[in-house]
Amino acid sequence: MSTGDAFLVLSAFLASGVEFVEALTIVLAAGLARGWRSSLAGLGAATIVLAVLVAALGPALTAIPLNALRIVVGALLLVFGLQWLRKAILRASGYKALHDEDAIFAREIAEAEGAAHVERAGVDWYGFTLAFKGVLLEGLEVVFIVLTFGSAQGSIWLAAAGAAAALVLVAGVGIAVRAPLARVPENAMKFAVGVMLTTFGIFWSVEGAGADWPGGDAALLGVLGFVVLFSFLLVRLLRRERTHLRTAEVQA
Amino acid sequence: MKWLSRFGRFWWEFVIGDDWLVAVLVVIGIGATAVLAAAGVAAWWLLPLAVPFVLWLSLRRAIRSA
Repeated sequence: MSTGDAFLVLSAFLASGVEFVEALTIVLAAGLARGWRSSLAGLGAATIVLAVLVAALGPALTAIPLNALRIVVGALLLVFGLQWLRKAILRASGYKALHDEDAIFAREIAEAEGAAHVERAGVDWYGFTLAFKGVLLEGLEVVFIVLTFGSAQGSIWLAAAGAAAALVLVAGVGIAVRAPLARVPENAMKFAVGVMLTTFGIFWSVEGAGADWPGGDAALLGVLGFVVLFSFLLVRLLRRERTHLRTAEVQA
Repeated sequence: MKWLSRFGRFWWEFVIGDDWLVAVLVVIGIGATAVLAAAGVAAWWLLPLAVPFVLWLSLRRAIRSA
């Protein structure tokens, strides 16, 4: 397995894992507050929609010439990755509240318990749509990541294997504990995913634009190191700036 | 029509997100890399240099608007 392939599996695993943890929180909240039948029906319906999307888009992407694919995928991943990284840096430096799965679960439960009961086709409609929308939205990100990573690296199956491993792990632990996975280091994982999306985005955009990396595929490691370095540097700078601001506020 | 606009807004928010300037600067950076590469100049360094600047700019905008 090459460096690129190993990164591909790891990135798909981490990115999908974060999304699955969020989807699990919603499915659990819908199940506990509105009944498991409607929640699992929503989960099943969203899974079918996502599977159809993968089946339709996967083969279509492999038919596009690699350089054209890499420039589009690279640009998308870079924009997407910078969104993740910006949020992660804002959280790590204290400018944005940390993602709290327990708090989100409590809010979803309260909203679900307060909603009116409307039954359609034998299922509670609120529970069904809550689970369906949650799984579909989180799953779309997984589909996007698996298809873009996989097609640009030339192996959708490897990316899908990384995502499948994350699904088995999160679903297995979720069924065992029947509670939101609040102990998963989600904020750190989101930071790592932002770093990896940005790294792949830079790497493939440059290749797709027709430029060559010195050292070929091994340059991926250099880009990764560089992205990690400037991300931590930005966290440090913003933390220091925030501390100065708070000190000035206290003194005023 | 309403459905189409909601569909478009969903994808805009999904891909572009909170800061459209990031997408614009990324496209400019990739375009400049392609122009340099087509002219036979080694252009691999341009995007790695531009990305930290784009991220810094976007962070400042996010902090200012918070």
